[in-house]
Amino acid sequence: MGKIRSAKIRNAKIADKIMTIVFYCIALLFLMLLLVLALYVVIKGFVDFKLEYLSFNRKGIGNQFFNTLYLVFLSLLISVPLGTLAGIYMSEYAKQGRITKFLRISIETLSSLPSIVVGLFGYLVFIVMTGARWNLMAGALAVSILSIPLITTTTVDAFKSLEVGYKNGSLGLGATHWQTIYHVMLPACFPRIMTGIILAAGRGFGEAAALLYTSGMSTDINWSNWNLSSATCALNPFRPGETLSLLIWASRSEAVSANATQIANLSSAVLMIMVFTFSIGARMLSRRINKKAKGC
Amino acid sequence: MDSKISISDLNLYYGSFQALKNINMDVKSNEITALIGPSGCGKSTFLKTLNRMNDLEENVKIDGSILLDGIDIYHEMDAILLRQKIGMVFQQPNPFPKSIYDNVAYGPRILGIRKKHDLDEIVENSLRKAVIWDEVKDRLNKSALSLSGGQQQRICIARTLAVNPDVILMDEPTSALDPISTSKIEDLAVELKKNYTIVIVTHNMQQATRISDKTVFFLLGETIESGETHEIFSRPKDKRTEDYITGRFG
Repeated sequence: MGKIRSAKIRNAKIADKIMTIVFYCIALLFLMLLLVLALYVVIKGFVDFKLEYLSFNRKGIGNQFFNTLYLVFLSLLISVPLGTLAGIYMSEYAKQGRITKFLRISIETLSSLPSIVVGLFGYLVFIVMTGARWNLMAGALAVSILSIPLITTTTVDAFKSLEVGYKNGSLGLGATHWQTIYHVMLPACFPRIMTGIILAAGRGFGEAAALLYTSGMSTDINWSNWNLSSATCALNPFRPGETLSLLIWASRSEAVSANATQIANLSSAVLMIMVFTFSIGARMLSRRINKKAKGC
Repeated sequence: MDSKISISDLNLYYGSFQALKNINMDVKSNEITALIGPSGCGKSTFLKTLNRMNDLEENVKIDGSILLDGIDIYHEMDAILLRQKIGMVFQQPNPFPKSIYDNVAYGPRILGIRKKHDLDEIVENSLRKAVIWDEVKDRLNKSALSLSGGQQQRICIARTLAVNPDVILMDEPTSALDPISTSKIEDLAVELKKNYTIVIVTHNMQQATRISDKTVFFLLGETIESGETHEIFSRPKDKRTEDYITGRFG
């Protein structure tokens, strides 16, 4: 009896060791994958680098860089409030039942829609139906369709996983439901919602298909023109605006200039660094805000 | 002494399940009333009807009346106002993920008190009343979650005191705490009854005898026996009460 038991324990311990090694290997594999990919893109991007590639005119990618940032900003302006409010509604106000379940499935489906379909939809609704030209706002709206579900689901999950004590504590002090949500629950959910926002922004940085027919494939910015209604003003959201990912696609598929490959490679590297910086920056900001709210 | 809260013919149903059966009870001012009984017998449910926290759950139906200072809390009073008058301390210490100061200032802020000077005063007074001021006065900006469980519970009591309630409900406030923290909370409850009326749910018989004036024994949603604590524990009238307090079941 004792012998069998000690043999069993030994086997269990061996299995435990093997699995530990397996998990470490998987972690290492992904780390290497990311590292190799990132290094390849960055190194390749900066081979044959010329400073003029970064200029804010037709020769460089500066305008596309700005367009990308502006598009992400616009799309977050739309998707963050709508996404969080929808998430709060789903977790705090909607009665649990079939309709809510159906709503949740719909939202999840929305986030996995093929982006080219969203792009065509955006083209029909935001361009054809409004009779507008290709413009950044239409692109931002199309990207928002893809990113709102990300923010909504992370918000729902954040609220659901909150300790029930926070809510009861606040209500027990005579706070209303909304005061409780706004002053206690939302701040406590902030780090997790931030994760959703970062994911949503990532969608905006990387999206190409949804932008093909919405934000357009051209960009013409006159950096000394600050008249918001002018089509060449950088801050006019209703002007066409090619983003970096669109530029990569265009340079790789229908290249007209001789250094198209180089431009595409550099754009990839810059885009990657951008996403990386944004992600880290957002997390640092989130941590700081969180610390301030929670007390150190 | 007058009744602070008087409960008559109270029934509570979760769907078709009757959780409270025909409860009649008077809670006197400036006393500690202990609710004892085995798990799942309706003590916590009863406590939550007193500040209408049960309103938040679906499928709850209540009939009968609960009067606070003669006013029917279900028909003549707003739940928000009621919860400011009847505060609650929960089983699990539940400070908000905010600083100690912001935790205590939360209630007053909700009431619209904005001036720093006023808030400072309320926070200090409340923390002093909860006998935790000396432990935290130098780190009011630190997270309340950095405190020990016992300290957190006293912060929660201070947070409740800050909205200046008449009655404090305590739902097994020491069941998650160590003996030293427990005795601090008990001393605090005895101190607080001078100015407040306290209703406490406890699983701990010794605790009930140590701190309470009145004891009510719950069993399967009914009040079996109630009266002076020393009477109940020394000369229980009902066999079931005797069995419970002597540890024969529970």
